[in-house]
Formats: sequence, structure tokens, C-alpha cells
Amino acid sequence: MIPTDPKAVVIGASAGALEALTSILPTLSGDFRLPIMVVVHIPPDKRSVLAELFGAKSSIEVIEVEDKEPIRPATAYFAPPDYHLLVEDQGTLGLTNEEPVLFSRPSIDVLFESAADVYGAAVVAVLLTGANHDGAKGLVAIARAGGHVIIQDPQTAFAAAMPEAGLALCPDATVLSLDGISEYLRRIG
Amino acid sequence: MIETFEKVEDIEIRLLLEALYLRYHYDFRNYATGSIKRRLRQAREQLGFATISAMQERALHDETMLPRLLGYLTVQVSEMFRDPGYFRAIREVVVPHLRTYPSLKIWIAGCSGGEELYSLVILFREEGLEDRTIFYATDINQDALQIAEAGVYDVDRIQLFTENHRKSGGRSSLSDYYSAGYGRVSFDRTLRDRVVFSDHSLVTDAVFGEMNLISCRNVMIYFDKALQDRAVGLFRDSLARKGFLGIGAKESLRFSAHADDFSEFVRQEKIYQRIGK
Repeated sequence: MIPTDPKAVVIGASAGALEALTSILPTLSGDFRLPIMVVVHIPPDKRSVLAELFGAKSSIEVIEVEDKEPIRPATAYFAPPDYHLLVEDQGTLGLTNEEPVLFSRPSIDVLFESAADVYGAAVVAVLLTGANHDGAKGLVAIARAGGHVIIQDPQTAFAAAMPEAGLALCPDATVLSLDGISEYLRRIG
Repeated sequence: MIETFEKVEDIEIRLLLEALYLRYHYDFRNYATGSIKRRLRQAREQLGFATISAMQERALHDETMLPRLLGYLTVQVSEMFRDPGYFRAIREVVVPHLRTYPSLKIWIAGCSGGEELYSLVILFREEGLEDRTIFYATDINQDALQIAEAGVYDVDRIQLFTENHRKSGGRSSLSDYYSAGYGRVSFDRTLRDRVVFSDHSLVTDAVFGEMNLISCRNVMIYFDKALQDRAVGLFRDSLARKGFLGIGAKESLRFSAHADDFSEFVRQEKIYQRIGK
């Protein structure tokens, strides 16, 4: 259940994301040693306040990504509106303007697939509440690469469609409540 | 097993990019891998090849594959006056400096379908600078250059363009510059009078003129760090003293090897000024 040497955590969330992430990011201590990449579905034409909001509440550093941002421990990286966020193989994060996936840019699938390519088994992917199916295919890529897949218990989710879609494609995933996810992350990081 | 499969794909991608370079001199070898991988996987699926190697074989022997692959490898997403704040800053902060020059050269690097180009030409016309300016619009994709040169867009997009233009501080109505018909809008030919369209690669080509403003937005995000450094170096060498460089809203020169050659001119809008020389 605990991966031997995780190098990163990736998180995807949509409807209900704010509340869900509030139960997770602020619970991590400043010496949390992993980077966390986060995709939340947000409208393309508005400035996002997610990074500022969580930065004020959290002990870890929280930033909105600019292209080629170096990946550092104890930092949460939010995708900016209207860009996909990808993990790159040179220890940096990249952004792209490629077409939306399942109507979403940023897309959870795009982040998860790139994390599977770069980290292989050394990544933990967490799919939270949401009302569409983004993220499910990405979880399959994570699982195939040997990474650890965690899905929020759909019964506890604000919107169950996304975690349910994840479970349909990854039936062996670890299913946890938000508190369970927070506790899990504190143990591995 | 799965592990082996993934690594084979990495090898195949490297070989395909090498093949495109050797055969056609299109150099994607230093593009950011995450995004290249995604798009080659898409191309493989949609073009119906079993493997990327099979796609490579066809690309080597069949020239008609090149434009199709380029369609996947170069991302054509733009809109007129995208990020209106950027164009407002050009208008309000950069233009007053440009006015002091008797002649101007502007380079739209990676002009794609021309949206950014026409935005700047219209802005310069509104500000009375068009007549003293030459615009260089370059891209590596011939199909994109043809679209840019035609200046014809789907009528569905015009509402967004119009809204952006207004937010950017436009002094005229966008409808003054196009005629509509058959579901398309066609931008006024005279907007092309001062434009030179040209095939130019930020990867393999060199400086071709001394520019007062270079606008290159969301092009370098597809490059790896080393290639970004090359492109920014090329821009630095192409800029006149105190010339301007505008990049995408989520791009930054912070991570560039040439960061010290530029100052932040309009920080929020990612407009930089060449210093020194």
C-alpha cells in the first residue's frame, strides 16, 4: 500500500475541488518532502486565485506554474487556467496550449499521463471529486507504469462522477475518504 | 513487460524525430518531450499506424506524410488579441517608445494562422504607426503561413476576437477590417501591405534583421530548456538596443540562460526590454 520511494504526488479535481483540497493541502507540514502537482478544472478566461488561497493556508509552498518551473520538494504546483500542465523529464514542469481534453484545459489526464511517463512507479496519483470523466484514463497510465492510484470514496465526494469513472477503469485503486488521503500523504511525504 | 514497452516507445520517438530532421530538415529533436509524446501518440492512433516505427518508415518514404505529421507536431491554437491586457500594454506602454523611431521592424515569431499578426497590424494602424513599420511573420509550417496570408477565419470566432479587441483598448471597430460571407470572415488585404511572410525556424535559422519589437507568444513552451535558450539568444541578437520582447502570459525569462540581457518592462504582461549592447 505504501510505495517504496515515491518522488511526486499528482492530484486532479473538478466540482467540489476547493473544499476537498482544503482537507488535504493545509494538513501537510513544511517538511513534506515531495512535490505535488495539481490540476483543478477552472474557467479559461479568469485569473485563478487557487495558488494564493492555498498558499495562505498551507505550510508547504503553493504556486501557480509558469513554463519550465523547476520541481522542488514541499511545493504544490497549480496548473494555470487555459494551459495543460505536464511533468517534463528535465526536472521541470511544462505548459502547453494543445486542444482541451474532455472540454478541459488544464486536463487531469494530460498531467497524469506525463507523470506516469516521467516517474514510472515512483508516483502517487489522487483523483478527487468531480462531475466529468477527466482523470480516469490518466489513472490507467499511472497504474500501468506501476504507480500508486488513490481515488476519493465516491460516497464522500461532492460530485461522484469523476471518482466513479476512475474506479470503473482502475478497480484495484485504493479508495479513501479525504481524511484518509490526508493521512496517507503525511505518511509517505 | 509494460516497462519495456514504454522504453521502446521512447526510442521510437527519438528515431522518428531524427528521421524527420535527416530527411526534411525539420528539427523537433529539442522539443519538450511530454507534449511531443502526446502528439505523436495521437498521430499514430489517428493515422492508423500500429507503431511509431511504422509511422517513421512511411514518413521516410512518402513525402505526403510530412505535412500531416507537421499538423500534429506544431500546435495551432490562437485567437486575435488573446490576453487583451498584453495588447493594451503594447498600446499604452510600448507604443509611446516606438513612436520615437522613424522606421520600425516588428517580428511575429511563430505566427501560426496569423491571429497575433493581424492583432498587431490593426493596433499599429490605430496608433498611426503602420506606415513606418515592416512586419515579419514567420513560422515553420507552410500550411499555417498560407492560412496567415489568407487572413480568413470562421465567423464563429469573430465574437471572441471582437470582445478581446475591445478589452485591449481598440480605438476602432474590428468589423472595419473584415468582410463576412459564407460563414467566414476575410480580413482586409491592405492589412498585409506591410507584412513579409516567411519560412523561418527558431531551431535552425539565424538572425535576419534588427527588430524593435519581437512578439513570440506560446511558441517556446513547446521547446525544451536548451532550445528555449537558443531561441531567446536569437531574439536578443535580433533586437535593436532597447528593443522589446513579448512572450506568453505563463512564460518567463526567469529560467533562461539569457535572463540578464533583459529587464522586465511590463512585468504583469511579460514584456521585456533588451538591455546593454
